[in-house]
Amino acid sequence: MATIEDQKTKTEYKVLGTRPIRHDGTDKVTGRAIYGNDVRMTGLVHGRVLRSPHAHAKIKSIDTRAAEAMPGVLAVVTSAHLEPMKDKVAFLGEGSVNLHDLTQNILARGKVFYRGQAVAAVAALTPHLAEEALERIRVEYEPLPAVTWILDAMKPDAPILHEHLRLDANGKQGNKPTNIAKHIQFELGDVAAGFAKADVIIEREFKTASVHQGYIEPHVATALWNQDGHVKIWSSTQGSFTCRQQTAELLGLPVSRVTVVPTEIGGGFGGKIRVYLEPVAAILSRQCGRPVKVSMSRADCFEGTGPTPGSFIRVKLGATKEGRLVAGEAWLAYDAGAFPAGIIGPGCMCIFACYDIPNAKVDGFDVCVNKPNTAAYRAPGATNAAFACETVIDEIALALKLDPLEFRLKNAAREGTRRVDGPVYPRIGLVETIQAALAHPHYRAPLEGKNRGRGVAVGYWFNIGLKSSAAANVNPDGTVSLIEGSTDIGGTRTSAAMQLAETLGIRAEEVLPQVGDTDSVGYTDVTGGSRVTFATGWACYEVGLDIRRQMAERAAMLWECAPHEVEFDAGTFRRNGDAMTFRELAGRLGETGGPVVGRATVDPHGSGGAFAVNIVDVEVDDETGKVSIQRFTAIQDAGKAIHPSYVEGQIQGGSAQGIGWALNEEYFYDDQGRMRNASFLDYRMPTAYDLPMIDAVIVEVPNPGHPYGVRGVGEVPIVPPPAALAVAIHRAVGVRMTELPMSPPKVFAAIAKARSDK
Amino acid sequence: MATAFIPPNLRPLTGGIDRCAVTGANVRQVIAELETRFPGIAHHLRQGDALSPGLALVIDGVVASRGLWTAVPPTCEIHFLPAIAGG
Repeated sequence: MATIEDQKTKTEYKVLGTRPIRHDGTDKVTGRAIYGNDVRMTGLVHGRVLRSPHAHAKIKSIDTRAAEAMPGVLAVVTSAHLEPMKDKVAFLGEGSVNLHDLTQNILARGKVFYRGQAVAAVAALTPHLAEEALERIRVEYEPLPAVTWILDAMKPDAPILHEHLRLDANGKQGNKPTNIAKHIQFELGDVAAGFAKADVIIEREFKTASVHQGYIEPHVATALWNQDGHVKIWSSTQGSFTCRQQTAELLGLPVSRVTVVPTEIGGGFGGKIRVYLEPVAAILSRQCGRPVKVSMSRADCFEGTGPTPGSFIRVKLGATKEGRLVAGEAWLAYDAGAFPAGIIGPGCMCIFACYDIPNAKVDGFDVCVNKPNTAAYRAPGATNAAFACETVIDEIALALKLDPLEFRLKNAAREGTRRVDGPVYPRIGLVETIQAALAHPHYRAPLEGKNRGRGVAVGYWFNIGLKSSAAANVNPDGTVSLIEGSTDIGGTRTSAAMQLAETLGIRAEEVLPQVGDTDSVGYTDVTGGSRVTFATGWACYEVGLDIRRQMAERAAMLWECAPHEVEFDAGTFRRNGDAMTFRELAGRLGETGGPVVGRATVDPHGSGGAFAVNIVDVEVDDETGKVSIQRFTAIQDAGKAIHPSYVEGQIQGGSAQGIGWALNEEYFYDDQGRMRNASFLDYRMPTAYDLPMIDAVIVEVPNPGHPYGVRGVGEVPIVPPPAALAVAIHRAVGVRMTELPMSPPKVFAAIAKARSDK
Repeated sequence: MATAFIPPNLRPLTGGIDRCAVTGANVRQVIAELETRFPGIAHHLRQGDALSPGLALVIDGVVASRGLWTAVPPTCEIHFLPAIAGG
């Protein structure tokens, strides 16, 4: 079990809070880092996946004979090459996955539920041959009516995806098939009585479109099914152990027969936790006896992998004229895509999480539609919810003629506040984060010019803990080789190494970190949930304590004393005037018993929530509807910023993605359920031309649940931008935007409508 | 005494009761205790020797990862909430 030692009271660090050059920096800037597509080996062949052209259809037959007969084609597989899975759930740390749905998503069996769903796969000597072979696979479909919008899917006469779902729109179990997979409800206090006390009540409805995580590196996996029955997989994954577990379950193998080697990863943001290609590459390799690499195109990523849910949200809030929130009500429906998903839960838990609202009720629905199965995306579910709640909060503040940040401060959740979902907050940093925003020069800076406006919004994300493991070997030259299990996203191997260095009193550069595969390091959960610097960092801290204990025993041997007489401070072992630095003692391990290896596995729970505030200035072109961001300040509680540059990077990256979600990104579907913009030419992500410098401000309210006070930082920055931008647009041109994205056509239409209504 | 909070969608099984005092030493015992008082509720909270898929256990505001075997302090709040998986 993990421990918290004296660091809780330690305020001055030698390593933490500094900005060393990242350990993997040279390899990454020189192009030598090994990403998924860089994996090469003797005999490697290439796989490609055939995808459904229909949004919803029965598969009547699949004829692969012509493809198999092609010279150079080595294997063709369909769902017939995978064992059917029962309705079984595999636990993936805190999350879980239904294996029956997952195997359907890997290779469709009997029916396709969305355009882009994998139907068959080919391995061939070259990628081009594989693609040609796909064209020779004959699939006979019987198209079915499709539904892609949540509220349409909830209607009684909607096309049905899964016959076994029976929840009705009231959340009751019925006899008739529906598309509603889950109903969640939270209640706190007496909502009717709360609204009765309110002087101002505002209720609004909001829509958000599906958006993709947009990682720059498409999915890629290479598999080698050895003659001894052992499967080795190289994958661009956010979690090698959960990848191993899912793959083993789908292949019907024990996990000990699967090794997953995590390559460097070009972004994941939640989209590279569920497996897509790994089991397919494995069965292709089993069929042809060669290592097989399968990669996706950008269109495959858009059409075949999980976006974040589109949503419909209704929010009603009431406040007294003194500016106190007294009641809240929210109704959320998130699309799950083709199979039940879990993002509605956190959406419901986050929607009122920033506020102390004594009376509240939340209803949430997880709704299946004919789109790719939704997946996590940076604070999954929270951005949609914040867009709705924060917009109404702003309207109430305006109605009460209160400063929007002061209104939020007055109602901010703090230690002891009970959330609508039940739990009571421990020490959190929302108040300090709002105060930092109020004190920031941006908030009071003059804003001049036509059609310019300023908006603010706040956001919350839970962060998670879960399991992490690490081990480290002390080298004779005083350096320490660290191996940890978290795929490095955003520089996490360095933030983990820094916590080990701090614990050992050595420099960050003297720790040499690497990410291990599933056979070389203990179980470690996914890189997600803003957990790595918190949990894997904690494992490294425990490794440091273990090394210090062993090294003290060695020093005691040399000084002929008891180990407890040896003290350790700032990288030096001491006893009665004797002193040896860590490096000096490391050089004498050979004569005192040999190598020292520290190891630890942790399962910490006190991850502590994270809050962010945005201040944004925009200028709106009222002739085109284009929104230009003039200035953007993102303020966030990091607990303790281990490597401030990485924290700033997370804040800037998350804000940029939130801006894209707010202003431009969306899946366009036609009436046949086909995505019509499955490329970066047509799916409009922001570029450097669209973004100003994002001023990242770090607030540090140490997390009492971590030895160094760390809170996760990776997810919450994406939460407030859409709401803050909507408010800024309102201040600029007087229109309330209630639908994402707030793209030029929509903003222009809103302006035109407002003018015609006058 | 510890307090178990009943998720709203299970309150039809409890006659609308939203929380109740429990004495179990661990979560498995607490769920058994709830089942005795509110027959049918255990089916929604656990599956075999594990919490039901998609559920998270939160004790005094902190997510507990040991499922049914999580020790229950003498005075605490126990919540059964949707599991969160981050991005």
